Amino acid sequence: MEDKFIIGGKELSSRLFIGTGKFPSNRIIPQVIKSSAAHVVTVALRRIDFDSKEENMLNHIPKDCILMPNTSGARNADEAVRIAKIARAAGCGNWIKIEVISDNKYLLPDNFETIKATEMLAKDGFVVLPYMSPDLMAAKRLKDAGASAVMPLGAPIGTNKGLKTKELVKILIDEIDLPVIVDAGLGRPSEATEAMEMGAAAVLVNTAIATSDDPISMAEAFGLAVIAGRKAYLSGAGAVKEFAEASSPLTGFLGA
Amino acid sequence: MSFYQKYLEYRDFDFEQFHNKLTDDYILSIINKDRINELDFLALLSDKAGEYLEIMAQKSKKLTLQHFGKVIFLYTPIYVANHCVNQCIYCGFNISNNIVRKKLTMDEVEKEAKIISDTGLKHILLLTGESRIHSPVDYIKDCVMILKKYFTSIAIEIYTLETDEYRELVEAGVDGFTMYQEVYNEDIYKELHLKGPKRNYINRIDTPERACMAGMRSVNIGALLGLDDWIREAFLTGLHADYLQNKYPDTEISVSVPRIRPHNGEFQPKVNVDDKSLVQIMLAFRLFMPRAGITISTRESSEFRDNLIGLGVTKMSAGSSTEVGGHALDSKSEGQFDISDTRNVEQMKDLIYSKGYQPVFKDWQEI
Repeated sequence: MEDKFIIGGKELSSRLFIGTGKFPSNRIIPQVIKSSAAHVVTVALRRIDFDSKEENMLNHIPKDCILMPNTSGARNADEAVRIAKIARAAGCGNWIKIEVISDNKYLLPDNFETIKATEMLAKDGFVVLPYMSPDLMAAKRLKDAGASAVMPLGAPIGTNKGLKTKELVKILIDEIDLPVIVDAGLGRPSEATEAMEMGAAAVLVNTAIATSDDPISMAEAFGLAVIAGRKAYLSGAGAVKEFAEASSPLTGFLGA
Repeated sequence: MSFYQKYLEYRDFDFEQFHNKLTDDYILSIINKDRINELDFLALLSDKAGEYLEIMAQKSKKLTLQHFGKVIFLYTPIYVANHCVNQCIYCGFNISNNIVRKKLTMDEVEKEAKIISDTGLKHILLLTGESRIHSPVDYIKDCVMILKKYFTSIAIEIYTLETDEYRELVEAGVDGFTMYQEVYNEDIYKELHLKGPKRNYINRIDTPERACMAGMRSVNIGALLGLDDWIREAFLTGLHADYLQNKYPDTEISVSVPRIRPHNGEFQPKVNVDDKSLVQIMLAFRLFMPRAGITISTRESSEFRDNLIGLGVTKMSAGSSTEVGGHALDSKSEGQFDISDTRNVEQMKDLIYSKGYQPVFKDWQEI
């Protein structure tokens, strides 16, 4: 069965997106990308060391990947917009993951400012993927604002707690006519599978891969987990039936 | 409300009695909690908690990995002036110390900046002695204009300013602020700060808050360990950081844990803060504020610093000099204190990689 995954007019070969922060060395990034088979890679623009050949993250990302710079460090919509424009001017393409965070205690995104930034950047020709708290109204507004996908968090960034927002993310999957990409909080491959089985279009993983003892192997594990979850979803798994269907003891008297 | 009110709440608190009541079970339950409160934090600074250092270290390592990853951020200080109008009896820049005083010209700032930036560093901490007369805000701004050409993040550690002045510096391109309370114990503060504007305890304690209000991206605080009982001082530092983080959620709050070092002058530390105690402070702080940065400078020895990587530290200085013109000038001045870890940036970089961590030179730029 054909299962195309298209965002911003591009067909993506993998439903695992990966983040590039927190790794013990940038030099292993190419192997991490290879073993995970990821196609979309996110990089914090503010972290890119353009002056250093060795430390410049961009030099470690294979050319066939889609670079998705993120606006990490932005505290409001205007800052996010400025970062996105700098990224595009620096040759990082027109994809942008919006992260607007003004809460350093929990690192939870500011949906309101994120919607504003999405609107401005989508109008300006960016392919906008906003990181958000899973809220239905906010997701609808992001769609109206021109987002190409929505990226709700599974749990607060870096907590590795898994799909704690499951019920809310499920609502987004059911109600929002955009790819829903679960971002942040997934700590194990099984949790990535869970998100995919539920119908998420993709997942983004960083901490769980970067801080494992063997990031290259863990990246592969996540790659496989995402494939497994997607296959299960397409196969109709997860339809747990609460009531039997075979007979109709209560309504049988009504006849066929 | 000012943090001073919080300080007053604990001023007469019986720390000894609190610590005497702690049980093993209670300490273990705190270590296993997801979020701990301020009295839990205080408990983790106790002798009793000191018996559980290894478990605290495991938890601290896990939290630090989760929130920061396998990385250590690098920076270095640049001392542009050592004139000081204060009489702080533990400091080499003390006005009554007869040392060579110097203030860099803009040409000299540029020379220093260039040499430092050639090492690959992108984050710089600009320091002066505490003298508004010798190094006024306009002078700092001029320095910042030059530093901006070489560095993507500029922090300051200077005398106390008013909120508007911090705002001016933020607009000029400063994104980070560091100031140590030195000692939170108000009585001891008065004993150690004999003369000068710095003698004003409340003004000092309110300064980091002014930096937050002015929109500084990152605000780093600390107590100079060795000036009073370290448990109280570490506790109040943590409370101060927590107070600021709660009140200014969009500011990144971090702490330093500097131990007093040999310097010009007669003063001897009142309290010996040994390595174990310093580690306990870091671990307790990490459990209390899992997402806050912890900085360790070259005040500490290379061997000790190497062992701290992975425990909770997130930021380290490298290739440091505490002398004005310490990188480029032949006619150097005397430093603020003696540094202990004298390795250059390349050596620190190799060491961090060898520990399985990534040395990060840049994680910020002005947008």
